[in-house]
Amino acid sequence: MYFAGIDIGSITSKAAILKDGRVIGVRVIFTGYNAELAGWNVYRELLGELGLVASDVDKIVSTGYGRNSLSFVDKAVTEIICHGTGAHYLYPHVRSIIDVGGQDSKAMVLDEGGRVKDFAMNDKCAAGTGRFLEVMARALEVDLDAFGDISLKAEKAAKISSICTVFAESEVISLISKGEQRESIIAGIHESVASRISALAMRIGVREPVMMTGGVAKNRGVVKALEKKLRMTIEVSEYAQTNGAVGAAVLAMKL
Amino acid sequence: MSRFMKDLLIYCLAKAKKAKLGLSKNKGMRDIMTVYYMEAKTARLSRRKVAWITSGGPVEPLIAMDIIPVYPENHGAMIGASKMGAELCEKAEEMGYSRDLCSYARSDISCATVNGGPIGGLPRPDMLVCCNNICGTVLKWYEIQARYFNVPLFILDTPFCHTEYAEEMKRYVKRQIEEYLVFLEDVCGRKLNHATMEKVGRLSVEGQQLWQAVLDTAANRPSPMTAFDAFFHLALIVTLRGTQITVDYYRNLLKTLNDKVEKGIGAVPNERYRLLWDNLPIWYRLRWLSKKFAEHDACLVADTYTTAWCGTLKYMDENKFLDSMAEAYTRIYLNIGIDEMAKTVMDMIDKYHVDGFVMHSNRSCKPYSLGQYDIRRIVQEEKGIPCLVIEADMTDERNFSESQVATRINAFMEMIKERKG
Repeated sequence: MYFAGIDIGSITSKAAILKDGRVIGVRVIFTGYNAELAGWNVYRELLGELGLVASDVDKIVSTGYGRNSLSFVDKAVTEIICHGTGAHYLYPHVRSIIDVGGQDSKAMVLDEGGRVKDFAMNDKCAAGTGRFLEVMARALEVDLDAFGDISLKAEKAAKISSICTVFAESEVISLISKGEQRESIIAGIHESVASRISALAMRIGVREPVMMTGGVAKNRGVVKALEKKLRMTIEVSEYAQTNGAVGAAVLAMKL
Repeated sequence: MSRFMKDLLIYCLAKAKKAKLGLSKNKGMRDIMTVYYMEAKTARLSRRKVAWITSGGPVEPLIAMDIIPVYPENHGAMIGASKMGAELCEKAEEMGYSRDLCSYARSDISCATVNGGPIGGLPRPDMLVCCNNICGTVLKWYEIQARYFNVPLFILDTPFCHTEYAEEMKRYVKRQIEEYLVFLEDVCGRKLNHATMEKVGRLSVEGQQLWQAVLDTAANRPSPMTAFDAFFHLALIVTLRGTQITVDYYRNLLKTLNDKVEKGIGAVPNERYRLLWDNLPIWYRLRWLSKKFAEHDACLVADTYTTAWCGTLKYMDENKFLDSMAEAYTRIYLNIGIDEMAKTVMDMIDKYHVDGFVMHSNRSCKPYSLGQYDIRRIVQEEKGIPCLVIEADMTDERNFSESQVATRINAFMEMIKERKG
């Protein structure tokens, strides 16, 4: 029996397939303009990679911002519940999840049974999300994937005071022109992201063990800055970016 | 057509409509409000005075003096519901007012200069009555309007009741009520008839008791009404408190609701989850929100907003109306400490058998929104029910993001379903 989960995010689309309750494959592609097409493509590519056809899959659950645009799924569930389910499935002991995606950052607290007890999401502003880091990487002409490692080399973090992505970009540009080192600017960016996310997490009473999910969890610099800010250890699974899709597949199993 | 002829026409229409209403048994809210606004707009033809007053202000003395009360906040709600808020707010911003100011204040201030909005602006006031029990913004807002219209302004200053209504507060507010009456007598050039005042006081208390009874029908399962219905029916207890027409209207409404309760008819077809709403409505999204919750078989059974117009009944004594009114107007929901507010919320959760608490963090209304996270924490600790915070604004639709709000509501409902099944 195969079950699938598809997570259409603002930047990337993810798919995960479970067989007998185990993850057998995940895939990530860029969402682009057409959410439905992205959802279909990532799912089809993953099926192909695993040598499966659509009829092999019993049930599909979709999640993420594009969750309602897929006509071929059995159910659409919000990313809050999917991330909670995915994290509990991968690490049953986890009690809090911090998920930072393309335009969302959210924190969730789970009860012993893995049910979401409370959640908080960023509002009105995408500072402190993946998109924020993307804009900064462009301003600094650094590959986003290298961001984490570069910041770990910094001796000190530059102060990024701005609360807005657009203004923070000009702040970064002025730091560059002042000759501030690239490593410390990136470390400063990570600290500013971490302070936003930690405020969100503290608001709902984040408690250990904490797990971080979403694309930004791949950035070791952000994870480290967040650990420092929360004074907690943060676990990151190999499925950090696809955790929502995994959760959706787990929910498909329960349909 | 000259301004006078136009007013005369509206005046005659209002008279005719009122006469017709007097004959029909069930007066509809829209009819009552239409006549009310027509009469207010043509007040000078009937030689009556118009007073603008804040929503939490003591309106009863105005009614007793035959002054027509007009509510810029009620007007703000109409502007919001007609989706004209953003445009008028932008106009105020062009005039130099900050976007961080209350959207009722912004839309009222700009509307006065262009006679815009759904009813072509409010009738010109002869006086302004401002009570700061609801917020501090009203002070500057009313001062601005008093200058603009060049009319007298009365400010009733109600001290904040952190825990109690102390003796010195009592004296302070009571003294101001006396000054308020003198102010009205001065502007009108005649004395207040105390027998009329007593009658209005009794009608006000009766109206509030009936409003409370209307809201209490929601304690039934299924609830015969939702908070969205309450937002609609609220208009009369706010604007025409202390009149017979309000008492009659709510008596009729109560009868209709009790009939529904008896027949087991719910406002939401398959009511399964019962929610409590906090803060002002999001006026320009009422239908969308009501559909959104109904999709999940959820009924907003109660709210902290509409109960504010009967929430201080316990302090009112119809036999000593003016004295007790001073205390009742000082101790309203927005003028008490966080612990008291949380207690009110928790009493409502018990009374209406609530499964979840939805809080509108309202960009405009600071006194209502400040402290919401503390109330949320207290409610979660004491009652253990899920709470949701939605960020928006009551009138300025630029502060509403549909897909963000939809995701939060859906996730919240999934959470409640997981818990309750």
